Amino acid sequence: MSGRSDGARSPADPDVLVVGAGPAGLSAAAELGRLGIAPVLVVDREPEPGGIPRHCHHAGFGLQDLRRAMSGPAYARRLTRLAADSGARLSLETTVTRVDPSGAVSLVSPSGLAELHPRVVLLATGARERPRSARLVPGDRPAGVFTTGQLQQWVHSHHLPVGRRAVVVGAEHVSFSAALTLREAGVETAAIVTDLPRHQTLGAFALASRALLRIPLLTSTRVVAVHGRGRVSAVEFEDRISGRRRTIGVDTVVFTGDWVPDHELVRRAGTRMDPATKGPLTDGGGQTSVIGIVAAGNLVHPAETAGSAALGGRRVAQRLAGRLRRGDVGRAVDGVEVQVDEPLAWAWPGIVRPDDVPVRVLLRTSAFTGRRTVSVEQAGRVLGRARLRHATPNRSLSIPGDWVADVDLLAGPIELRLV
Amino acid sequence: MTEVADVAIVGAGVVGCAIARDLARHGLAVTVIERAADVGEGTSKANTAILHTGFDTVPGSLESRLVSRGHHLCAAYAEEVGIAVEPTGALLVAWDDEQEAALPGLVEKARANGYDAAQCIDAAEVRRREPHLGPGARSGIEVPGESIIDPWSLTLALATEAVRANAALRLGSSVEGIEEGDDEHVLVLSDGRLRARWVINAAGLFSDRVDRMFGHDGFTVTPRRGQLIVFDKLARGLVSRILLPVPTERSKGVLVSPTVWGNVLVGPTAEDLEDRGDTATTEAGIAELMRAGRAILPPLLDEEVTATYAGLRAATADRDYQIRLHATQRYVCAGGIRSTGLTGSLAIAEHVADLLRSAGVVLDPRGDLGPPPSMPALGEAQRRPYQRADLIERDPEFGRLLCHCERATVGEVRDACRSEVPATDLAGVRRRTRAMNGRCQGFYCGAEVVALTAAETGRSVGELTRVDR
Ligand SMILES: Cc1cc2nc3c(=O)[nH]c(=O)nc-3n(C[C@H](O)[C@H](O)[C@H](O)COP(=O)(O)OP(=O)(O)OC[C@H]3O[C@@H](n4cnc5c(N)ncnc54)[C@H](O)[C@@H]3O)c2cc1C
Ligand SMILES: Cc1cc2nc3c(=O)[nH]c(=O)nc-3n(C[C@H](O)[C@H](O)[C@H](O)COP(=O)(O)OP(=O)(O)OC[C@H]3O[C@@H](n4cnc5c(N)ncnc54)[C@H](O)[C@@H]3O)c2cc1C
Repeated sequence: MSGRSDGARSPADPDVLVVGAGPAGLSAAAELGRLGIAPVLVVDREPEPGGIPRHCHHAGFGLQDLRRAMSGPAYARRLTRLAADSGARLSLETTVTRVDPSGAVSLVSPSGLAELHPRVVLLATGARERPRSARLVPGDRPAGVFTTGQLQQWVHSHHLPVGRRAVVVGAEHVSFSAALTLREAGVETAAIVTDLPRHQTLGAFALASRALLRIPLLTSTRVVAVHGRGRVSAVEFEDRISGRRRTIGVDTVVFTGDWVPDHELVRRAGTRMDPATKGPLTDGGGQTSVIGIVAAGNLVHPAETAGSAALGGRRVAQRLAGRLRRGDVGRAVDGVEVQVDEPLAWAWPGIVRPDDVPVRVLLRTSAFTGRRTVSVEQAGRVLGRARLRHATPNRSLSIPGDWVADVDLLAGPIELRLV
Repeated sequence: MTEVADVAIVGAGVVGCAIARDLARHGLAVTVIERAADVGEGTSKANTAILHTGFDTVPGSLESRLVSRGHHLCAAYAEEVGIAVEPTGALLVAWDDEQEAALPGLVEKARANGYDAAQCIDAAEVRRREPHLGPGARSGIEVPGESIIDPWSLTLALATEAVRANAALRLGSSVEGIEEGDDEHVLVLSDGRLRARWVINAAGLFSDRVDRMFGHDGFTVTPRRGQLIVFDKLARGLVSRILLPVPTERSKGVLVSPTVWGNVLVGPTAEDLEDRGDTATTEAGIAELMRAGRAILPPLLDEEVTATYAGLRAATADRDYQIRLHATQRYVCAGGIRSTGLTGSLAIAEHVADLLRSAGVVLDPRGDLGPPPSMPALGEAQRRPYQRADLIERDPEFGRLLCHCERATVGEVRDACRSEVPATDLAGVRRRTRAMNGRCQGFYCGAEVVALTAAETGRSVGELTRVDR
């Protein structure tokens, strides 16, 4: 009646093992506890819970999910408290090294090795920014090359010296947050560069931070090399329109955004993956193609705000609690796949079925688009249409999910396209 | 300046370290002089990490003999000291008529090199063995002996044993000139002078320059750059052997190979340069490798790239190792070890020792040597510290993961900074522990690794990352 490894389960095994104490995992744990699911164990490989917000020292966290604005570290503490108050146990410096398709989970911590057999594993391992190498930026391999995640820990958690003058590569939300961190560290930002024709953060945020920091924004500009043997000495750019190249002398370069899910565990567990998000294919409840494994947060579709990740974790927990109470977790995801046409980049959930209607369906585009209409079709039949506001790459849009009720399980994939 | 070394070795690459180990273990007082701050900072750190059989070397060459001997010595040594080696074997694949026609000749050449295990296999068999090969793969040659190895631990193990046998390692010191003498030479160093009876040149890319310091003009090194791309560990399942191309006159060509760390490599390119320090990757190089990777193993391109790097081969005109004894000058050149030096290192050391003996140097194996060192287990096929309950129970720092992508622990980084040939900078920590060498390149652990390295080495972070304040 439950997960597949019941035979191996012992009284020490939690009902739900949450992997990752970021906004998604902690919010899911709190919600499971509130709904009476116990025992719930949350593990995180870091010494402090909270995930990425631990080291985001600016304000703006919590509005979406807790209806109160606070700094990242305060938000991390608040979510940790909510999870603990709901009865969830938290185990830190504990790394999950393997989730077996049979449901067995291997862990390591300073107190040794362990194996657990929870009824359900809820993976909320988050996402990371692609480093320079993954973006194939050629040149030497000097010190002074960062991602925002590394920079923020460098500055806020360890108070280490960064450099004097930097270039920020990328112009999404997190890129501006990198510029703020650089300023705090006493580093001048020479430019923010994006290969897209415009920045991709909220207009107000971009304007405010650029006015505040007086940083030039170079659009349609591609980074073609990092120079310097020991330490970064310059970054070379190409204007994508004119093809002209130029070099800016800096000692630091921060590669921001361009997220990829931290999906090793989930892939090695044998789940089907969504080639577009690089996260696991799930339904609206976060159920993956492997029985007993659900997924939430940035692991599934990177990267959202912390609040969206938290709300996503909560939603997955609600659906999971319902299923656990019905004794129904012995099921892999089923339904039809959702596919998208350019300039749409991905849609979530990637799997839908008519008895599981999501409130909203999330969408991303790979290009800026004006107001357009999304058409939802299955085998040439239009299931629904929705008006979109202006779309910005690297930011999610959503459309109502009511059309899912009309999906025909036998009629093949759903196609979403702009008309 | 009072002490006189029996032997001064210029260069602490894999070749210099292997020679130092051998001679120190035979009772000579050895000093190794190395310009960089660590051993293995030259070509020995940036290569394809293959333990070659020598099946495709030039028959009759010194390289052919030393590579096939070195292969056996090195495999046995790796086993003894716990360096990761995987005998994956290689598959040399032909992609067109011309290449297919060349295969029987390559099997013949392998025989001429004393390697009898190479065998032609047909296209169906090639595909059965490596089902992810791209369309157009034809027949091939199976070379079962080719293996993959951890090149960093090899150099480090050799250096460790040399130091244990009382060799002195003079790091951060550059040989700038040599004053030849009748009984002893004086090496003019960037930080002083050193007296030595014999000098051995293992200066890699600079071995021709050191050779000129002795008045010779026998060869010139042309740096031949090889760029490589390392793909994510999640690609490892796509390939089980080293996939070799049919070699051309100039280079062995672009190969696809698993690594002992569980990644997949594509490379190297072959570009002749002027600058002996230009280990930058280029747009053209990366594009070439991505094209090659896509053709050889198409699904590889769906995986993330973990790292890109480049190394420089010490190429010379006559395409063989430049190993020469100049007995009257008490000088041995062991230079121009271009593209097989990892494999050849132990045999090169043996050969150099024989040359010294032939010149009358007395080499007696020492009886007071302890057991071989036990190198950190860094290979995916080994049991890593984070997997060992016994180790974690004894020392919980081995259960405290620092670098999550590579699963390197606090205990390992700490020990790397405290070992006999300690890491003194971030690159040294990376090579000894894998910390920060993984897919996130420091997104999660960079600050932590730097802070710990600073604490352990007593150097400031500004110094470690060369912040100019
Ligand atoms: C630099 C930066 C600035 C940001 N700024 C903002 C902002 O201002 N406002 C905002 O709303 N959002 C911001 N975000 C986005 C937000 O932080 C993320 O969307 C959010 O943290 C995602 O939550 P998550 O729970 O999915 O993942 P994470 O927060 O990434 O949490 C994942 C957790 O899983 C743990 N974990 C992973 N693998 C394992 C394993 N194998 N074993 C044990 N534990 C594991 C990790 O240690 C981590 O704690 C920012 C992100 C970054 C990187
Ligand atoms: C792309 C590439 C792929 C390769 N793949 C393989 C492979 O798969 N298998 C294999 O067996 N081999 C391979 N090789 C070859 C192998 O890496 C080299 O043959 C080997 O590392 C050479 O070692 P070395 O000690 O001679 O040189 P190095 O490692 O370069 O050492 C020479 C040292 O001398 C020092 N030095 C120089 N001049 C001075 C001076 N004046 N004073 C003080 N110090 C000095 C340098 O700093 C350097 O550390 C490859 C090489 C490349 C470039």
